[in-house]
Amino acid sequence: MGFFRNLIGGDDASPRPSARKLPRVERYSTGFEQFTHAIREPEGLNILDLGPTSPANIEYITGLGHRAVNEDVLSAACSGRYLAPGEEEGTTIVDVAGFLAAELQYPEESFDAVILWDVCDYLPEPLVKPVVERVRRITRHRGVLLAFFHAREAATPEAETHYCRYHIRNHRLLELEPGKPYPLQRTFQNRHVENLFRDYASIKFFLGKENIREVLLLR
Amino acid sequence: MWKSRIDEKPTASNSPQPPAPAAPASTTYQPRTVETPKMESYRADVAHIGKSVIIKGELSGSEDLYLDGEVEGNIDLHDHNLVIGPNGKVRANVSAREVTVHGKVDGNVTGVEKVELKKSAVLAGDISTQRIVIEDGAFFKGAIDIRKAEVKTPPITSYGSSSSSTLLGEDS
Repeated sequence: MGFFRNLIGGDDASPRPSARKLPRVERYSTGFEQFTHAIREPEGLNILDLGPTSPANIEYITGLGHRAVNEDVLSAACSGRYLAPGEEEGTTIVDVAGFLAAELQYPEESFDAVILWDVCDYLPEPLVKPVVERVRRITRHRGVLLAFFHAREAATPEAETHYCRYHIRNHRLLELEPGKPYPLQRTFQNRHVENLFRDYASIKFFLGKENIREVLLLR
Repeated sequence: MWKSRIDEKPTASNSPQPPAPAAPASTTYQPRTVETPKMESYRADVAHIGKSVIIKGELSGSEDLYLDGEVEGNIDLHDHNLVIGPNGKVRANVSAREVTVHGKVDGNVTGVEKVELKKSAVLAGDISTQRIVIEDGAFFKGAIDIRKAEVKTPPITSYGSSSSSTLLGEDS
């Protein structure tokens, strides 16, 4: 993992200079279809969307009769608010405690389902495990989590690793809109994903298009 | 071989022609409509709080309000509409019939009928409303509760009344 991090510029998760305009693409998602199946009933579930604000997602979730909660966790992590001076002069470190004190502040087991999208691939390294642990704590027992992971490293064409906003079009169709140019921080192998989510009751992998692995987890 | 067809020749017709449109007096300059940044139009009957105004405390009223200043406290407009302008900074719980946000809000927003977040909006707090519109670019952190509209049914006084017989007739 360190190799990939060095390959793309260390812990720096700040957006790269604006990339050329990439088109929106649509793709079918088996993982999302299974996720939708899990949250279809009963009405009134608490669903946490950790991606950028998407009117389509809010409309879809509330249309199912659920309560939508939105928090753009990556945007907060990369905002620069949680950088503290490092031990060596001129260096900075991520203030993990400060981040967790201000973000993802919900009571334990608040949510029936969480959509993490591919946020883990772009989070600064020190925040990955703490965020996953916090997400586990705020998800109720037997709640579901949907996460995506890139299957190819950052050296692949930009279009395949560009950070995207996910818009839900229907129960199995997602639209990917290129978002802020955050660099891909790492590529998780399957066993890394299993380790990261080892406290979950079950884990299911789906291989999607554009080398995206979709993971559905049961708390 | 390449004879021109006489019947297709453009000929001046004897039939009266509609008058040709008058040529513009000058062709060098065509005035074009310039798009100005769209601001929520406010009418004379809408109260207006300018961007230099800072209010700390409770803000309530019985008329529509355009707020471009800063408010810290609570805003309650009951059955009236609230527009928070691009310079508006609100650290308060907000309640109105329709709430439109261009600026920043830190607090819970209740829009009885509708809440609209424009692309420049930054809202950290929970939203409770019947309808929500969020433009691309708006930042939102919080929960959204969609309330179902209350369906008002006319009271049926007695089975023998004309209204109830009409309803039964429609159902059958």
